[in-house]
Amino acid sequence: MALTAPRRASAPGRHLGTPLSTAARYLAALAVVGVTAVPLLFVVLGGFRTNAQINAHPTGWPHPWVFSNYTRILGSSSFWRFLFNSTIIAVTATALTVVLGAMAAYALSRYVFRGREGLYTLFAVGLLFPLGVASLPVYLLLRQLHLLETWYGVALPQAAFGLPVTIVVLRPFMAAIPGEIEDAAAVDGCTRLGFFWRILLPLARPALVTVAVLAFLGSWNGYQLPLLVFNDQSHFTLPLGVATFQSQYSQDTASILAFTALSMLPALAFFVFAERRIVGGMTGAVKG
Amino acid sequence: MTTLDHADAARTGARPGPPGAVAAAPKGRKGTGRRLSVRSRWELALLLTPALVLFVLFVLVSIAAAVYYSFFDWNGFGPPTKLVGFANYTKALADPMFQGAVRHNLQFAALSVVVQLPLTLGLALLLNGRLRGRAVLRLIAFTPYVLSEAITAVAWLVMLQPGGAVDQGLRGVGLDGLVHEWLADQHLVLYTLFVVATWKYIGFGVILLLAGLQGVPAELREAAALDGATQWQTTRKVVLPLLGPTIRIWIFLSVIGSLQLFELVWIMTLGGPAGSSATMATYVIDRGFRRYQFGYGSAVAVLLFAVCFVFALLYQRFALRRDTAGALSGRVD
Repeated sequence: MALTAPRRASAPGRHLGTPLSTAARYLAALAVVGVTAVPLLFVVLGGFRTNAQINAHPTGWPHPWVFSNYTRILGSSSFWRFLFNSTIIAVTATALTVVLGAMAAYALSRYVFRGREGLYTLFAVGLLFPLGVASLPVYLLLRQLHLLETWYGVALPQAAFGLPVTIVVLRPFMAAIPGEIEDAAAVDGCTRLGFFWRILLPLARPALVTVAVLAFLGSWNGYQLPLLVFNDQSHFTLPLGVATFQSQYSQDTASILAFTALSMLPALAFFVFAERRIVGGMTGAVKG
Repeated sequence: MTTLDHADAARTGARPGPPGAVAAAPKGRKGTGRRLSVRSRWELALLLTPALVLFVLFVLVSIAAAVYYSFFDWNGFGPPTKLVGFANYTKALADPMFQGAVRHNLQFAALSVVVQLPLTLGLALLLNGRLRGRAVLRLIAFTPYVLSEAITAVAWLVMLQPGGAVDQGLRGVGLDGLVHEWLADQHLVLYTLFVVATWKYIGFGVILLLAGLQGVPAELREAAALDGATQWQTTRKVVLPLLGPTIRIWIFLSVIGSLQLFELVWIMTLGGPAGSSATMATYVIDRGFRRYQFGYGSAVAVLLFAVCFVFALLYQRFALRRDTAGALSGRVD
């Protein structure tokens, strides 16, 4: 699996096209920016307006700028608690997915044993059963295990359902690392577990970061599982908090927009930080 | 993911095939029979057990439990005792609400392929071409994909309110006639949700296709240009065929996603009005958690699994297989 660095795909100067097509392309680009960014801007700017302003002119500019919506939410304990809950769940789920997934992928890629391919297939089939549609039985299982209203009641199933894609991405990556390196390490007295820990994991770092980013995003954005697991509002995650806030204060549009805008921030910050990885991960997954 | 599976299978000498179909152990491996040392067995147990325990417990046991519960008339409390056989299944298949939900999922899947695919392709080609500020443009186009469904749903819910930002925007550009009850109109609500879903997920497809486009050698385009091909001809005859495998994977993921659609719909409409935007997944949650019909809800969940599984198998068999065939014979289709 190659994590290809971005490069220019077209030959320089060859496909500049006519001035007309260039203009068309910039027009299309402008339309894309508009369609994508305008709703986001509407949310962020709406948070700086009053409900009266929004009701009178839904698409207007803040006039005057109102900061109370944002300060009120930033001053409330629930927003920070949602943020904290989301963080602890996403970090736990990501750590579990990556650590357990890497261990399993190592066993499935560099040990020869009977039933190996069958076991790999078992994990790969898990790709067809996403968490979302397994919600009823997962809920009942969590209830039997007394894991409702707990953060690991969300993190554990998320990790379990994250394992297939992690193993499917990591296995070929680990298999592609030359056997000579392992032999050399063995000659130097490195055990197989030592090789895994000290040589393979550092070499597999790009793939590990990719699966970690995917697992984190999946957990962070999860809605259905927290919805079923949590009744007590103090346990809510950010997506659950946003949706609940919207239904509870449906008349207070300005506050909803401010709350939504603030909830976007962590994901956007994470995205700017991890964009290379997200895109690189897809490249790897597609190119094999 | 699937090509990756194939590539790996080829590497380890296994028969290439879909994840579900690689069931048999690779022939070549058998009989190489190096016996594992005791130490290796311990290592394997140590490496595999934690992942297996978690996976079996939550994924496999859940699926088995859903099948088990689906044969009971059960409200979710106490042990299920009232065995009803396939009654839940026949009831679901005969229920107009469920039939509607299936139809909505299929409509969504069809719309995705017919409408989203050309849009995604166009956007990917645009963002792959020479363009000032391309990096920023890419970042902007990808942004909705990282926002949670909940945030997307709430933001659009506010904008789509009667007299809200969308309506006012339309009036502002003189399209008063287009103003509608976007989420309250039974005939319109599914299309409204589709537009929101497109806004949210198009970035994913673009990432996927851009990755695929990186695999199109610049030399091929240059050669085509030297031979006098226009840019449009180059795109159609050289680039798109080479993108085939990526496009087929996108279609696969997109259809599976459409079949499992839940969060956007649940937050924005709860499947309403009058079930006109219900999907199989919202129907499961509605019956299970709002009406405590856990047996019936499980049966619907199993049907949903079955639909996805059958689609996956058929798609592997008839669409994705061509990719491996093409790769093996060196033929590009």
